[in-house]
Amino acid sequence: MSIDVSQFLDTFYEESFEGLDIMESELLELDVGAADQDSINTIFRAAHSIKGGSGTFGLNAVASFTHVLETLLDEMRDGKRNVTQPAVDLMLTSVDVLREMLNALKTGQDIDAEHAAEVQQQLERLLKGGEEPDNDVSGVDHTSLSDHPEVMVGSGWHIRFKPLSHLFKTGNDPVRLFEELSDLGTIQVKVNDSGLPSFADIDPEDCFLSWEIEYIGDADEAQIRDVFAWVDDDCELELTIIGGEQKATTVETVAVAPVAAPASKTTAPAAPAPVAKAAAVAAAQPKEAPPIAPPKTEEKSAVARKAAPPSTESGSIRVGIDKVDALINMVGELVITQSMLNQLGEDFTMDKVQRLQEGLAELEHHTRELQENVMRIRMLPISFAFNRFPRLVHDLSQKMGKNVELKLSGENTELDKTVMEKIGDPLVHLVRNALDHGIEKPEVRASLGKPAVATLHLNAYHQGGNIVIEISDDGAGLNTEKIKNKAIEKGLINAGDELSAEKVNELIFYPGFSTADQISDVSGRGVGMDVVKKNIKDLSGAIEVLSIPGKGSRFTIRLPLTLAILDGQLVRLGDQTYIVPLVSIIESLQIRKENVKSIASDSELYRLRDEYVPILRLHKVFNTKCDNKELINGLLVVVEGDGQLAGIFVDDLLGQQQVVIKSLESNFKRVDGLSGATILGDGTVALILDIPGLVKLSKERIKKRAAASAAA
Amino acid sequence: MPTILAVDDSASMRQMVVFTLKGAGYTVVDAVDGVDALSKAKSNKVDLVITDVNMPNMDGISLIRELRALPNFRFTPMLMLTTESGSDKKAEGKAAGATGWIVKPFNPDQLLATIKKVLR
Repeated sequence: MSIDVSQFLDTFYEESFEGLDIMESELLELDVGAADQDSINTIFRAAHSIKGGSGTFGLNAVASFTHVLETLLDEMRDGKRNVTQPAVDLMLTSVDVLREMLNALKTGQDIDAEHAAEVQQQLERLLKGGEEPDNDVSGVDHTSLSDHPEVMVGSGWHIRFKPLSHLFKTGNDPVRLFEELSDLGTIQVKVNDSGLPSFADIDPEDCFLSWEIEYIGDADEAQIRDVFAWVDDDCELELTIIGGEQKATTVETVAVAPVAAPASKTTAPAAPAPVAKAAAVAAAQPKEAPPIAPPKTEEKSAVARKAAPPSTESGSIRVGIDKVDALINMVGELVITQSMLNQLGEDFTMDKVQRLQEGLAELEHHTRELQENVMRIRMLPISFAFNRFPRLVHDLSQKMGKNVELKLSGENTELDKTVMEKIGDPLVHLVRNALDHGIEKPEVRASLGKPAVATLHLNAYHQGGNIVIEISDDGAGLNTEKIKNKAIEKGLINAGDELSAEKVNELIFYPGFSTADQISDVSGRGVGMDVVKKNIKDLSGAIEVLSIPGKGSRFTIRLPLTLAILDGQLVRLGDQTYIVPLVSIIESLQIRKENVKSIASDSELYRLRDEYVPILRLHKVFNTKCDNKELINGLLVVVEGDGQLAGIFVDDLLGQQQVVIKSLESNFKRVDGLSGATILGDGTVALILDIPGLVKLSKERIKKRAAASAAA
Repeated sequence: MPTILAVDDSASMRQMVVFTLKGAGYTVVDAVDGVDALSKAKSNKVDLVITDVNMPNMDGISLIRELRALPNFRFTPMLMLTTESGSDKKAEGKAAGATGWIVKPFNPDQLLATIKKVLR
């Protein structure tokens, strides 16, 4: 039977990434010098699993790399090696290398073999206590089968097998061994019962017999010993060659060979063991030669490339058993209700209306509960996104010579998996910014009388259907003066503009804005906050900043819990219902005639306090019917999209409700100005407005018309 | 067909072992660590135990020791899956009552071949 092991790879990758995360966080927690044994064990176990799995599933480069790491950890576990800061740092780097390797393998890209080999060499150097590495960096054991001494050839073997009395208690059975031996050739077995005690002294669970076996066949000594490998320590075994040359006496007491050698093998995989010793080990225990690491020439020849994009977005999801159980329970309830309704329907009379209504109410209740719970399956604790920060902050603060303590809270706050995957990068950006621009160097902090260790706080909590993520630091805060100057320089504002501090702070979200004096490799490349803001907007979220000069700053991100459900305002236009996402609505108002201004034949503006807002007649955009052509009879929903305000002219406001978003694209086709559709309670389809898209659309229309009238 | 108790904390290894064994017609009970295995061993009739060594909660060697102490498992073959190339783990496992071992990495065919050694 041949089984394709690649089908288990997805699971392997998933658990390996989890293992690497665990290794990373445990490594970061390790107290150098006084490492916690449990932590070392946990780290070891994770490395061990990755090594075992990668070997089994044919990922040899990973197996070979992990082997060295594991050996190092094994020595730490056994107390043979101290846990030093350089070792921890190197292991953290190794975690990165493994993550890159696995990512590359998962996405079918080439492994950066050069980098991996470099780190592996460093590990090996560390293993040997700082000696120069020799040329061999492959990590291949030298005791491979090819190192065998000349194989004894004869017509067969005479085997004397005398088990110790406890043999059966290890689950071994001489008969099985003989059967296995008979697979290799023909055997003749003679039992020796001279060891049997008197009947009264016999313990039926002990073994008192020994055997003499004549084996005829072409198996060499190693193969024969291999059959007895498991009972090595539980028997006396003597092999004598039959019909071979007499000088080849290989009689050997068994206990000698197998136990001692291999430890040294693992500690110094790179050091060529003396051939004789290697041969002895190989001959005595052929099973021992680990087929872990074939020479990694194939990866070496692979062209080194840029680091693979570390995309760990995966298609599968891990769900807690409790969530699944809850679902099963609910389906059970649903089935019961359904059968109850069935029964009711069979002989229904009007006097049972009451019970019918109760049944229907129950059905509704269960359905809603089921819906909520199904949605909950996609929810993961935000710790998945937070987990990478201890490492990031550790590395960056060290690099920048800053002293930072990272505080995480609300890690168990749950949010949708898709949202989680997309919020990762913006969070990293904000954290990097805080470390680079916000938090001062220790000496500056000291001179300001601030505590030497700065605090960076990541916090998450739920607030009315939203998840709020805060990134706050006790650093310098935003430098309003600098931002203002920069904005003037970039032409975003005029020199004479009087802006409130909040307005100035918001300028950092403008494209191409960066105030870093010097571009560091940490942040400040100018592709910054505008991208962060855009990413968050794409998730229908919002970001704001609060900063107190000298005290610190706080970025607050608000995100919907899920992208599958939306809080919507239902509006009516003719006989159609549309849905406006609640997050984009600023206000809704009755139109007052004196506030409407027509600028061109078709362009109208509405005066909203100090601002003029373009009026968007939805019926014109979509070319549909409406009740009111006169603005005065309808309502204006003022929305914000893409940083611009617009007023949507509708016939009526209906209710607000949560709607389940259905893709328009996959069910029909893409329509400009619409982001999706939903099915309302009465079964009709309502279209969901894409506010930023609409705003853009109306701008284009105005431009086109202006161009047309200019041409005319 | 014999029943095999397969114990491994790694989901991918467990999947592979279970898939291979079931494919060969064995009945398989799987467990995620020693503690899980011990409780499953008590409620199933088991003809062979295959366990990983390094596991949280209870490692494979302790599991073998605990199982050997149970009346039903005095003579049951127990194999450990080990990547440990040093034989100290093997010796430790043998001392605890292991029948033998399978060295990782192994492929499904090797696994089945080894099992045939003890389940003839």
